[in-house]
Amino acid sequence: MPTIEIKDLEKTFRSRRRSTPALVDINLTIKQNEFVTVVGPSGCGKSTLLKIIGALIQPSHGVLTYDGRRISRPQRDVGIVFQEPALLPWRSVLDNILLPAEILGIEMSRARADARDLIARAGLNGFESYDPHELSGGMQQRVAICRALIARPSVLLMDEPFAALDAMTREDLALELLRIWDQDKKTVVFVTHSIPEAILLADRVVAMSARPGRIAKIIDIGLPRPRILDHEFSAKFKDYSDQIRFVIGHQTKSIPESGAVA
Amino acid sequence: MTDTDTREDVADATSTGFHTVIFPVITLLCLVALWELLVRWLGIQSWLLPAPTEIVRMAIDWRRELAWHSAVTLYETLLGFGLALLVGIPLAVVVVYSRFLQNTIYPILLALQSMPKVAIAPLLTLWIGFGALPKILIVFLVCFFPIIVATTSGLGSVRPVFLELTQSLCATSLQTFVKVRFPSAMPSIFVGMKIAITLAVVGAVIGEFVGAQDGLGYLILISSNQSRTALAFAALVALTVMSIVLYYAIEVLEHYVAPWGSRR
Repeated sequence: MPTIEIKDLEKTFRSRRRSTPALVDINLTIKQNEFVTVVGPSGCGKSTLLKIIGALIQPSHGVLTYDGRRISRPQRDVGIVFQEPALLPWRSVLDNILLPAEILGIEMSRARADARDLIARAGLNGFESYDPHELSGGMQQRVAICRALIARPSVLLMDEPFAALDAMTREDLALELLRIWDQDKKTVVFVTHSIPEAILLADRVVAMSARPGRIAKIIDIGLPRPRILDHEFSAKFKDYSDQIRFVIGHQTKSIPESGAVA
Repeated sequence: MTDTDTREDVADATSTGFHTVIFPVITLLCLVALWELLVRWLGIQSWLLPAPTEIVRMAIDWRRELAWHSAVTLYETLLGFGLALLVGIPLAVVVVYSRFLQNTIYPILLALQSMPKVAIAPLLTLWIGFGALPKILIVFLVCFFPIIVATTSGLGSVRPVFLELTQSLCATSLQTFVKVRFPSAMPSIFVGMKIAITLAVVGAVIGEFVGAQDGLGYLILISSNQSRTALAFAALVALTVMSIVLYYAIEVLEHYVAPWGSRR
């Protein structure tokens, strides 16, 4: 049940010809069972930050700790949902969901019961034996979310999971995700480039700016839970949205100028 | 809701299958008929170019011999091909996982491929003699290369997100190989197998040309020398049919073993 802490984190990508700072001066503490969204323009390093939190890549400087314990390898207590569903085409829906259970050596009868429960909650009943290519993009991503939850992780990392979906499917899935999270609380770090999505889901929004990626502002979202789509039309929501737009836009103002040469 | 309807854009192979078979068959029949007519009208000598009907008559008269020689060639082809799979796939796995072998053995294998197999055939006969073994070895040599290259490339080109997935699950190398890497490589391995099987028949015939007492290659060589051209043609048809059947056998196998490859 970790509190995730990131201290003085930096990430620089080095190639033979140049080194590109992707993230600088990142300090962030994520409390247990908190829903944190990370929002920013493309190229601000938000996906890189998520992968560092999942210990899939190593920071160039700085420390990642779960409950004060230094982490340098992926933890079995962490589930990840990627931007694409990344379902194995040779496995059925059910077998894709069970993959982490097989790899982590979870007892299969328990995993199967959990899978049935997750499938029902994700509205995938009747699709257990389907192949991934027979499902729509939204349903594929639901399967990927079930797969990330099968090992009962206490941390869920999501890397723009709804980015490839159409707007309606996106809202449906966002609200469904909140329902699942409400029933079964866990720490969620959710990366997105959509400001409304970031506000609708989060307890706190981490707004990032680009080149190099840095945290521009962290905003507590005081909207009541459970969240509904109507919240998006409230004055408070617009205020949060303006704040985020301002800090992101403020810090990236220099981009059009530098690009104006062309 | 867009979210609950399933995709139905998968091409229905059976509905178009009829047309893809019937048109080439009709074309082929027309060409054969034209061949028959030309041979008759122009009075071409049978030893130079036999008419299709004469080839059929010859094939019926010699059916026992044709069947026997086909069986021999098929045996050499399948054994050589199987041997290439048995050696090529494990070797590809080892090459993918070992940087040392990647830098030492693999380049040599690639260099050896540019050596013409036809030129090796007489040497193999010199060393091993006239039995089935030298032919099997030539088939092996011919098949080995496409199989090891296709397998190596398949194992090496797993989608990065799949590897991130297994990494995030703390999977061992063996788990990653069994559950992700090898299944990912299957479509590619089948591509290698399909290329190899068409070469395999050619390899067997080359072996039989160099020195043999049976096999379709031997039959073609002997009957040409004796000006029994119709028989040579009949053997040629048998070879072609064998090649096509073997190719489609692998397609069918792929359909059942690794159907996800052709769906991309």
